[in-house]
Amino acid sequence: MSKEGIERHDYDVIVVGAGGAGLRAAIEASAAGAHTALICKSLLGKAHTVMAEGGIAAALGNVWKEDNWRVHFRDTMRGGKLLNNWRMAQLHAQEAPDRVLELEEWGALFDRTSDGLILQRDFGGHRYARLAHVGDRTGLEMIRILQQHAVHKGIDVYMECTLQRLLTDGGKIAGAFGYWRESGKFVLFGARAVVLATGGGGKAWKITSNSWEYTGDGIAMALDAGTDLIDMEMVQFHPTGMVWPPSVRGLLVTEGVRGDGGMLTNNEGKRFMFDYIPEFFRADTAENEREADAWYEDKKNNRRTPDLLPRDEVARAINTEVKAGRGTPHGGVYLDIASRRSPEFIKKRLPSMYQQFKQLADVDITTTAMEIGPTCHYFMGGVRVEPETAAATVPGLFAAGEVAAGMHGANRLGGNSLSDLLVFGRRAGAGAAAYASRTNARAVDDAQVEAAARSMLAPFDGEGTENPYALHAELQETMQRLVGIIRTEAELQQAIATLDVLGERVDRVTVEGNRQFNPGWHLALDLRSMITVSKACARSALMRQESRGGHTRDDYQKADPEWGKKNVVTRKRGGQLELATEPLPQIPEELRQLVLAEEKQPA
Amino acid sequence: MTDETRDATMSIWRGTKTGGRFETYTVPMVEGMVVLDVIHRIQALRAPDLAVRWNCKAGKCGSCSAEINGHARLLCMTRMNTFAPGEEITVSPMKTFPIIKDLVTDVSFNYEKAKEIPAFKPKPKEADGTRRMYQEDIDRVQEFHKCIECFLCQDTCHVIRDHEENKKAFAGPRFFVRLAALEMHPLDTNDRLELIRQKAGLGFCNITKCCTEVCPEDIHITDNAIIPLKERIVTEFYDPLAWVKRRVLSKGAQQPGPGEPEPPSAKA
Repeated sequence: MSKEGIERHDYDVIVVGAGGAGLRAAIEASAAGAHTALICKSLLGKAHTVMAEGGIAAALGNVWKEDNWRVHFRDTMRGGKLLNNWRMAQLHAQEAPDRVLELEEWGALFDRTSDGLILQRDFGGHRYARLAHVGDRTGLEMIRILQQHAVHKGIDVYMECTLQRLLTDGGKIAGAFGYWRESGKFVLFGARAVVLATGGGGKAWKITSNSWEYTGDGIAMALDAGTDLIDMEMVQFHPTGMVWPPSVRGLLVTEGVRGDGGMLTNNEGKRFMFDYIPEFFRADTAENEREADAWYEDKKNNRRTPDLLPRDEVARAINTEVKAGRGTPHGGVYLDIASRRSPEFIKKRLPSMYQQFKQLADVDITTTAMEIGPTCHYFMGGVRVEPETAAATVPGLFAAGEVAAGMHGANRLGGNSLSDLLVFGRRAGAGAAAYASRTNARAVDDAQVEAAARSMLAPFDGEGTENPYALHAELQETMQRLVGIIRTEAELQQAIATLDVLGERVDRVTVEGNRQFNPGWHLALDLRSMITVSKACARSALMRQESRGGHTRDDYQKADPEWGKKNVVTRKRGGQLELATEPLPQIPEELRQLVLAEEKQPA
Repeated sequence: MTDETRDATMSIWRGTKTGGRFETYTVPMVEGMVVLDVIHRIQALRAPDLAVRWNCKAGKCGSCSAEINGHARLLCMTRMNTFAPGEEITVSPMKTFPIIKDLVTDVSFNYEKAKEIPAFKPKPKEADGTRRMYQEDIDRVQEFHKCIECFLCQDTCHVIRDHEENKKAFAGPRFFVRLAALEMHPLDTNDRLELIRQKAGLGFCNITKCCTEVCPEDIHITDNAIIPLKERIVTEFYDPLAWVKRRVLSKGAQQPGPGEPEPPSAKA
């Protein structure tokens, strides 16, 4: 294979992934004067950000003037069970309002308060109604506004282009290499800096809200390039995914349903969440139904409904109810807004949920309770970054959004993802542009390119026996069954052994047809990343001998204060994964007091 | 309805720009399936290299647009139980765009048209530094922002569906919605009426409402976007008083040039 035949482009900064974080990073890098390209696996505007429903968390204080960045910071840290990188959580809470207002400057139209400002809605784990939103299609508004803004900034966009390797020179980023989905031909990007904005890897689980794209490519590429990952055991299972019919199992049901008054009940009609209020949140949570219902209107004299505890708590509670035989006919629990709000209110506030259930499940949510259950949703873990610039541990590499780690700790609050994309997308774009401006272009190593090209074409050799679709199904079964919401040492050991075998079998995958738009081949390549991130997840989960946030161990059911001071770090050295624990960055005393302070009890 | 044991049979167009044909596949079905589920099963069991675009599988991203029995639809929102048992189901790529492979078409036409639309340009902030807009003033524009860019309206629009030559001077319903969203945005100050009249070719549209009928987001494309834009053009360019005002106040203003299609709305 001669590199003369490979299409090549050179940039100061390339951004990989065109969801909210990637678009925001590209806009910022370009504005800073960097020659910038945006590269994405799908068409522009189709990334997972478009699926985000409920809103963008930002302490604008439009609905509750008592809200400010300190309250948002406290909620975020407590939601993350204090495993968060405190500086990221601080920057996020401080900058989110400006990032939301900036979207308005670019044409976004959020729902309004009666005095003409941006309306904010309640969400899990947030003290005040804080989420700027557009009905239940906030992500669509955000991605379209960013996309339209980016179009006029002279950013080159490479759509349906999948990157497979980061190229390095002397341990620094030199570019990236991949293929065009349409033609299957290779493409090489020389770049001084690379921003990863590739999202997570939820497609490795069977019941998932993630689309085909979320295969952990960015995480796997970063690992191969020598960067550190942290918190890979921390996977969020969103409490409310559809459970019926089977073809839509896992599809997301927005937390906005509960934010707007919906309640969870079991098959006895009981509001079971009152039985699952953990000590950590007891002082912040309503004691009874009267207080919970009054909280929606009067937050000064009442505490938050337990239906809006952080997602990890709610997902575990649902899991327990179903296992105890108190679930619905299709193995979920009920989410009821029909008996709580008027049909007009529901259709106005939750139009796409109304359509989704009507069209895909023949359920009218204005008259009937939904059946819902947990679904794999979000990676809190990923690439370790430095808070101010989003720089990874490999020089020239930056990461923002779901692919990056630290911001959300052990559990992400709803609404904090869209704000994370904006805050750290912008910081990563600025960081990458600044790095590129003080760095010379590095040489591309032909040997790295040739090795990657050979490996990518291996499935066409015709010597293998494995079918990529069947192997993917096995991987999803394994992760669902053994690395799910509740974990044990024995099951994690079994998962690791199975993943090792799957890792060998993926080398024997064979694909039919040619390189032109061939989904079987694309999946064969994506599977390698999925297996890599699955291994990092299972091994990190085995290491952390406690329960915290998205990581629950049946054999270590309590949070352990010692483990609360440590991140699990994953690296790849000599082709092998290596795991270690390292201390969390030390939070300043003033901020620690803010986090630990108890809320005032109602009179 | 239980159809655990039912098989699904589907004819799918397979091929590239150089040619192709319908292939028929049969796979087992479970309850609740949509056409996209059946296509995924065909990929897994029969045709691993069958090309199809998809992402969200919930009607929110607009990736899986195609034609089912000749109708422009989203594959992920078309339930299998909408077909009678034994009814023939054919799935073909969108006709208006060049074929890449199987159900995947080259939709770059739309991304090029998007670049031609001048960006949002807001007026100054309020004296107190805020942006105040009232819900009743943005309801209409929020309807336009529901667009998921599935391009089914573009696919079904007869101005370009059967007339490749019109693509150069016609933006299509998706971008009339986009232009209407900008024109009716309470904060925007850019003037795009000249573009709408000339380069975007609004006059080609003779309001047959085909686009509105296929919109999976139920946007009233014709009534709420296209007709109000046509009315604005009439007022701006063909109202004698407004015309004189433009001639006097704006030197750059153009009259309809020789050889340009006269917008039908101008004669109304």
